[in-house]
Amino acid sequence: MTEVKSAEESSLTDDFLGQLISVGEVDILVGVPTHNNAKTIGPIVEAIQAGLLTFFPRERVAIINADGGSRDGTPGLVVNAAIGDERRSSKMYTLRTLHSISTQYASSPAGGTALRTILSAAELLRAKACAVISPESTQMTTDWLAALLRPVYAETFDLVLPTYRRHRFDGILLTNLLYPMTRALYGSEIREPYASEYAFSGRLGSHFLTQNPWHEEIARAGSEIQFTLSAIAGGYRICQSFLGTKQHVERHSADLVPALRQTVGALFSSLEPNFSLWSTKTGSQPILTTGAEQEFTLEPLRINRKRLRDMFSTGVTELESVFRAILSASTLAELQRISGLDEEHFRYSDELWVKTVYEFAVAYHKSVISRDHVIQALAPLFRGRAFTFLMENRDGSAGDVENNIEGLCLAFERMKPYLLGRWNGRE
Amino acid sequence: MREMIISELTQAMQEFTRGFAHILPRIIVLVIVAFVGWAVAYFLRLVLRSILRLVKFDKLSESAGASQLLSKAALPSATELLSRFVFWVAWLGFILLGVSVLGVFGLQEQIAKFFLFLPRLFVALLTMFFGLLGAGFFSRAALLAAVNANLPSPRLLSVAIRTIIIVFVLSMVFEEVGVGEQTMLVAFGIAFGAVMLGLAIAFGFGGKDMARQFLEERFVQGRKDEGKEDELSPL
Repeated sequence: MTEVKSAEESSLTDDFLGQLISVGEVDILVGVPTHNNAKTIGPIVEAIQAGLLTFFPRERVAIINADGGSRDGTPGLVVNAAIGDERRSSKMYTLRTLHSISTQYASSPAGGTALRTILSAAELLRAKACAVISPESTQMTTDWLAALLRPVYAETFDLVLPTYRRHRFDGILLTNLLYPMTRALYGSEIREPYASEYAFSGRLGSHFLTQNPWHEEIARAGSEIQFTLSAIAGGYRICQSFLGTKQHVERHSADLVPALRQTVGALFSSLEPNFSLWSTKTGSQPILTTGAEQEFTLEPLRINRKRLRDMFSTGVTELESVFRAILSASTLAELQRISGLDEEHFRYSDELWVKTVYEFAVAYHKSVISRDHVIQALAPLFRGRAFTFLMENRDGSAGDVENNIEGLCLAFERMKPYLLGRWNGRE
Repeated sequence: MREMIISELTQAMQEFTRGFAHILPRIIVLVIVAFVGWAVAYFLRLVLRSILRLVKFDKLSESAGASQLLSKAALPSATELLSRFVFWVAWLGFILLGVSVLGVFGLQEQIAKFFLFLPRLFVALLTMFFGLLGAGFFSRAALLAAVNANLPSPRLLSVAIRTIIIVFVLSMVFEEVGVGEQTMLVAFGIAFGAVMLGLAIAFGFGGKDMARQFLEERFVQGRKDEGKEDELSPL
């Protein structure tokens, strides 16, 4: 009765609710949020099914697809997917029915609502362990599910986050801002605070469902990072599992601002409610990781570095009036100085980058201008930092890249008093 | 003859004294009302100034771009200006109330007109403020979007949007206060139409190559992949 009530509160459709009730209870639930992923979803669902049959043949399992109004038949592909002969092995058998249910939560995609749908379904089905899989992870293997779900299902972990083998220049926002800042603030060395694949316990799911302010804008975008931070703030047991290669996804420059909104916006907005937690933390602690913590591949990529630097310089020049409201005079002057340097001498140092990010966080907190404008204004500066990261690591080994990231993390930790000072209005 | 002049003068003097005696209490009332009005207006000014400082109105007006306009016109801060405005409107209102006690022919009507005009003036000022706020917000949004999309001349685009919104707001304000209503409306229509036509022609002639390039990149597969470079994947 309680579950039905909370599911009703989360506005699940009657049809979806009916399908969930007919499933009964499950041990494991795998959620797949989608929106027009027909090109990639087939092999991913096959891999999920194969993973479940191989590693969890005795468990009651369900695959839940939360779709944001796909027009390319994605939900049908999820529900009707069947494991191909090439994937089927002799070890694969099932003792129970594998349920696949699809529901359309809205006519347009909203990550937070998709997660909420999956969490509501997990709560209703009393799932002990849940995993969320990105519909874009085409390199997913059957092992991924075991790596994510076992620590929750067989051990007592509440949240399992992934680590990957990535190209050294992939995920620059993660390596240059999200990972170091989350680590410095919350004291946990989580490599992927914004995970596209992760697993969690039923109790953490229920906690997030009740605690999270779903009515807020940020709950609709950036819920993944909020989920991680909620687990840290709630003192839940967190670990990491190495999954394998994370495919390089081709992006457009226009993707940067939405990515900043989803991640940096969510991180900045978490600072206010969690002030008592992060303001008292010093240093950072590693968290248990199964497999490698992070691996880098070094194959060459054709990246237009000049464009990055030009967009940084243009941004610094054109957005001067905006930066004057956000940044301190000394930081702005330093940015203006480096924007005039040529490619060879240009360097956006760790200290300057950390100062910039912390000042942006404070400007966001104090709403000196529209918060969305604060996030948008960070984009050109991030490009400048990305340029420096590319230049510093262009000839470096995987170890050098790791060392550089570690150096940045330590700078974020070292300069945390600067953030606190500005936050409290002392600087 | 002499007695007649003295009698007329005495009569005039008596009438003047009578008239003065008749109007003196009213003048005293006027002075009292004006003094009380000054005290009330001063109190209102103090209260309003404190409230505006508390809600950081100056910051709001700065982000709206109103502060820059005020400083360019050598005017005080928005908080100070609004407080002074309220002070003068309140005091003037009291003075006019006192003047109406004098019973001067035709003045009552003008005073009534003034009081009827006050709400319109207030709405006009409110429109102006929120208009400037909107102009500041949208011009900044356009500036950020243009910079992040790597468009040429982002500041020009931002200023153009700000100007269009301000012109539009001014035309609304003038219409509200009834100053040159028709003239402003026609002038705005002509100016806005001219700007739009100018932009259409400019973009039509100046942007045809860009439009072709955009369409080719979007719809012709061969051209789309030509010279493509990897973009950084932020996540």
